[in-house]
Amino acid sequence: MTVDLPPAPAQLDTPARPRRIPPAVLLIAPSIVFMALLLGWPVIQGVLQAFRSDDGFTLEFVTRMVQDPYFWPAVRNTLLLIAVMIPLQFAFAITMALLLRSNPRLDKVHFFVWAIPLALSDLAAGLVWLSIFNDRGYLNSVLASLGIDTIPWLAYDNPTTLFLCVLVAEVWRSTSLVLVIVVSGLQGIPKDYDEAAQVFGAGFWQRLRHVTLPLLKPSLQVALILRTILAFQTFAVAQALTGQNFPLVVGETYRWYTGLQNPNVAAALALVILVASMLISIFYLRALRDKGQEGTR
Amino acid sequence: MADITISHLVKTYPGGTERATDDVSLDIKDGDFTVLLGPSGCGKTTLLRMLAGLELPDGGSVAVGGRDVTYLPPNKRNMSMVFQSYAVFPHRKVRYNIGFGLAMAKKPKEEIDRKVEWAADLLQLGPYLDRLPAQLSGGQRQRVAVARAIVMDADVLLMDEPLSNLDALLRLNFRSELKKIVKDLGTTTVYVTHDQSEALSLGDRVAVMRKGRIAQLGDPLDVYDAPADRFVGGFIGSPPMNFINAAVSGDGDVLLVGDQRLRAPSLLRSFSSADVVLGVRAENVAVDTQRSSGDVPGTVLVVEPMGSSILLTVEVEGQTIKVQAPPTFRTTPDSRIWLTFSPNSMRFYDSETAMALVAR
Ligand SMILES: Nc1ncnc2c1ncn2[C@@H]1O[C@H](COP(=O)(O)OP(=O)(O)OP(=O)(O)O)[C@@H](O)[C@H]1O
Ligand SMILES: [Mg+2]
Repeated sequence: MTVDLPPAPAQLDTPARPRRIPPAVLLIAPSIVFMALLLGWPVIQGVLQAFRSDDGFTLEFVTRMVQDPYFWPAVRNTLLLIAVMIPLQFAFAITMALLLRSNPRLDKVHFFVWAIPLALSDLAAGLVWLSIFNDRGYLNSVLASLGIDTIPWLAYDNPTTLFLCVLVAEVWRSTSLVLVIVVSGLQGIPKDYDEAAQVFGAGFWQRLRHVTLPLLKPSLQVALILRTILAFQTFAVAQALTGQNFPLVVGETYRWYTGLQNPNVAAALALVILVASMLISIFYLRALRDKGQEGTR
Repeated sequence: MADITISHLVKTYPGGTERATDDVSLDIKDGDFTVLLGPSGCGKTTLLRMLAGLELPDGGSVAVGGRDVTYLPPNKRNMSMVFQSYAVFPHRKVRYNIGFGLAMAKKPKEEIDRKVEWAADLLQLGPYLDRLPAQLSGGQRQRVAVARAIVMDADVLLMDEPLSNLDALLRLNFRSELKKIVKDLGTTTVYVTHDQSEALSLGDRVAVMRKGRIAQLGDPLDVYDAPADRFVGGFIGSPPMNFINAAVSGDGDVLLVGDQRLRAPSLLRSFSSADVVLGVRAENVAVDTQRSSGDVPGTVLVVEPMGSSILLTVEVEGQTIKVQAPPTFRTTPDSRIWLTFSPNSMRFYDSETAMALVAR
């Protein structure tokens, strides 16, 4: 085979041709520069800030962070919030998306109403919910007018209701992001598959489990990664509702930076969030990898 | 028992102006193989989807085995279907796809495995059982869809152009294979196609559809031999039926084609002095280079050897028709030949309504 090919031209050409940068590199170059300046540099700065003092490398700030009495409660609260909120949000978003798919009357209106929280700043959302949950807020007014004892929802010594308030507010505020992603994912799945499953006798739950959810997996994966990373950064809503009473990791970062004027410990806390976000993304990408396609790769 | 009674089904799609099915009524006996045949867009898939329950009719009803199923959800109808778009689940292997219906019905695993092997064997899918649909060719994917449908022990088998994506040879093989499988299963089958040879060869009965209506329902030979109107005659057969404008003489004895006079069959007695359209199939016209009595002269325009026969395009009295000559027949364009129409194979249509004439 190779004998028949004239090798000469190729050999002559190669040395003469100037070494060129592959077009792919040129194409991604702007975004690499952009990322390096706007993301890479601050990350390096952050790492340095967390581990460097006047006399070189130090673990002093990390130790201070860990020994702070608010640190572990903040970590615990953040994880608890994520563990409860994410499944709730996905259940809500998938249910809502399936409802929208059945083409109810005014489905566009429903969708826009459900997507409104997406447009709201998280601090504003926190303040809205504060007006509902505070001691003389709307919720307690309603309870009082019904003759039920009011509850100090946001009292510092009532961690359960504190948690519930933050949870409700966060679910309300951020489920719309999942909804938008799931709705667009559902729209990308041809109706045939669901119809075929119906004809072959699959009931609603069977179709959901064997057809809809597996086909929706790419969208769910994106939504999961986005939402979990964003959930690690939950801050403004909890801050507005509870102040210091329900510490979260980002809230602590903020407190160290502004309240305690210690950017080094704040940087260490920020690194905790960075590492956690990275780990969780890797975990999701691996856990949700398409099993069916593994064989082909 | 799974006889199907379709009565007065009307469906207009939302936003559509024309009826996709227009007052369709059809009775299908238990175990019958019925073919819906018609040009693209005539409402075949729509009718099938209403049978499956995937589309709700605006009016009319569907009953299966005496039970009204018009508004029953699809999963309660015990039907199986080959989709025109295959709808093979892209995220699961071929094996799972074929066994899907059985798995949903919670059949024991051995039974599923056995039936999947059986179907894969029949449809020559054995080597592909552990592949994903994306790794199959279009025709293989279509066969997966067929396999998925035949493993089901359904009351009714619905097939929407299940062989459309196979090459000519494979299609011919599977056509007879499918006929055998369905006969063995004994399932009532509704089969959609726009391929007329498929319809004629497979069906116990053929329903020819046009613009949402059933133009003719009958057994394949009837539909071929005696089309109920010009549309059916023109749609079925390759080449399609020839239509020649003619007139009946005043006494009803003579058929006038241009200046030529043919003996009129007795049917035409009651249509004296009427303008009619003579329909005749290409293979029912005899050709000769010599004149004999009752012959009509024609001029050859095109000669197309087809192997088993020669297809001639002939001009007769200013009208063009197709004629099938034996392969030994020798002629050249522009030469004069003589045509004989055999009286028994002549069909007559009203020149205005295009409907077949029946003796009055
Ligand atoms: N979902 C839909 N919405 C609106 N109109 C539709 C829809 N599906 C089909 N139609 C219209 O209904 C008519 C019948 O369509 P149908 O799919 O039944 O045709 P068909 O006979 O199966 O054609 P083909 O042989 O091309 O598959 C067509 O005019 C088509 O445009
Ligand atoms: Mg169709």
